[in-house]
Amino acid sequence: MSVLIYTENADGKFKKSTFEAVSYARAIADQNNTNLVAISIGEVSKDELTALGKYGAEKVLNVSNAKLKNFINQAYASVIAEAAKKQGADVIVLSNSFSGRGLAPRIAVKLEAGLADGAVSLPEQSNGKFTVKKTAFSGKAFAVVELTSANKVISLTPNSYKVVEKSVTSAVEDFAAEGNASDFKALIKEIVRSTDKVSLPDADIVVSGGRGLKGPENWGMVEELAELLGAALACSKPVSDSGWRPHSEHVGQTGIAVSPNLYIAIGISGAIQHLAGVSSSKVIVVINKDPEAPFFKVADYGIVGDAFEVVPKLIAAIKEYKASV
Amino acid sequence: MKILVCISNVPDTTTKITFTDNNTQFNNNGVQFILNPYDEIALARAIELTDGGNGTVTVINVGEATTEPTIRKALAIGATDAVRVNAKPHDAWYVAYQVAEYVKANPFDLILTGRESIDYNGSKVSGMIGELLDLPSVSIIKKLDIEGDKVTVEREIEGGKEVLTIPLPIVAGTAEGVAEPKIPNMRGIVSARTKPLNIIEPVEVKTFSEIISYETPAPRGHVKLVSADETAKLVDLLHEEARVI
Repeated sequence: MSVLIYTENADGKFKKSTFEAVSYARAIADQNNTNLVAISIGEVSKDELTALGKYGAEKVLNVSNAKLKNFINQAYASVIAEAAKKQGADVIVLSNSFSGRGLAPRIAVKLEAGLADGAVSLPEQSNGKFTVKKTAFSGKAFAVVELTSANKVISLTPNSYKVVEKSVTSAVEDFAAEGNASDFKALIKEIVRSTDKVSLPDADIVVSGGRGLKGPENWGMVEELAELLGAALACSKPVSDSGWRPHSEHVGQTGIAVSPNLYIAIGISGAIQHLAGVSSSKVIVVINKDPEAPFFKVADYGIVGDAFEVVPKLIAAIKEYKASV
Repeated sequence: MKILVCISNVPDTTTKITFTDNNTQFNNNGVQFILNPYDEIALARAIELTDGGNGTVTVINVGEATTEPTIRKALAIGATDAVRVNAKPHDAWYVAYQVAEYVKANPFDLILTGRESIDYNGSKVSGMIGELLDLPSVSIIKKLDIEGDKVTVEREIEGGKEVLTIPLPIVAGTAEGVAEPKIPNMRGIVSARTKPLNIIEPVEVKTFSEIISYETPAPRGHVKLVSADETAKLVDLLHEEARVI
């Protein structure tokens, strides 16, 4: 018995959400006094792979088969399920990223495993029961799910478990795997990744704008604030529905759910559907000219005022703070 | 072209979520149930793709008789016919298994789901159906076009997008951008009453997960208000007190 962690990479580099998932998987291995095996698929450097030992992976399986260079969920699921069987892993952990969502259900079917998607804390194991807390109702609640199968798959919500360094001696091994012939029907035509922008689901800080900003031409100051803070940009549903901003920035019940350390909402009143998507943010700052805006009820800090006055002042204050440190 | 759209019956987005029986049951008292918003996008795209007699759109729901108003809504929007698997949707595995069994007996060119249901947010059903049928699956797509026997989809990745071409049939979970949801017109509403809704019994399947209980997020303390002229104080608080910058 061991724990297997799939370490997702982006252009050959592991992201923070991957290290979170490795730390989480290490803690599960510790709960069960067992080993943690990592599996990496694609072109990742030896140094990058060895560094997984810093977070507690005793063994790193490296699948560098050229056919598997780019992510194809069907083929990756075959490879990960095969590794789980060969390593005798009964708990498989991955990040609940966009790719993870395409992968986890297929692995679960292959291994006849219960799947806890979007886990937000470590499993509880007592009296032979294995339960995991996950988000439900789009952030309005959590569900505690018992996985009753022998094999278990857990996908971890980004930003919900802290990266923990726990150095172990780590060995990188090549793992020869091909996937099945029927796994390669999908052809990737194009991958566009804007590396200069912070990705919204993983972001530590999110700056979000609403209808109070009056039009897309006013996003300059929002972008400036985000850039200063190294934050990702987000928006409310009316904003993306009006085409002011792309759908990929829509945060809320029918958009993306985020759980950053800091969420700054500018000109967003706080409809229940929007609040659902941001409720697991650690700290919420609201800037709105309407003191009755529902968003203030769930905020930690607030400024009642016109965004067009407040945001430039906030930008100036952050510049000053940055200059002082 | 034969398209299958998997639909869920979910609490309306404005619902305040509460629980009963010591937080073990979802409280559906007074809750309005709707067609899952992401499934509406899938349905809208399916109708566009089969427009002008270019195929049929079947909707399938795993649910008890109480979901029928939602199924009729899908028919009113423009689905050709509907199937209800008469069972409580125990979990994603259970639902995916029922759908996959139906598809084995009734093949489709394209199977669509919403990217996730807004109640349990699993994004699991499309991938599970794909695996059960050994078909390609794409979990969160922003665009879908069909040319001949090939489908081109755009999928969201962290900080970008990926474009894939895949031979049909495939399973895909639709997100915003794929199509604009359609509002049923009067003719649709009238015709929905007479469109076929076939009720079939579920096949037996093992289950691997159980919901034990629910929790609601911990309430936050009172908001600390800072005046519009004191942005520097806000920055201090975020640095010193909240420690987030």
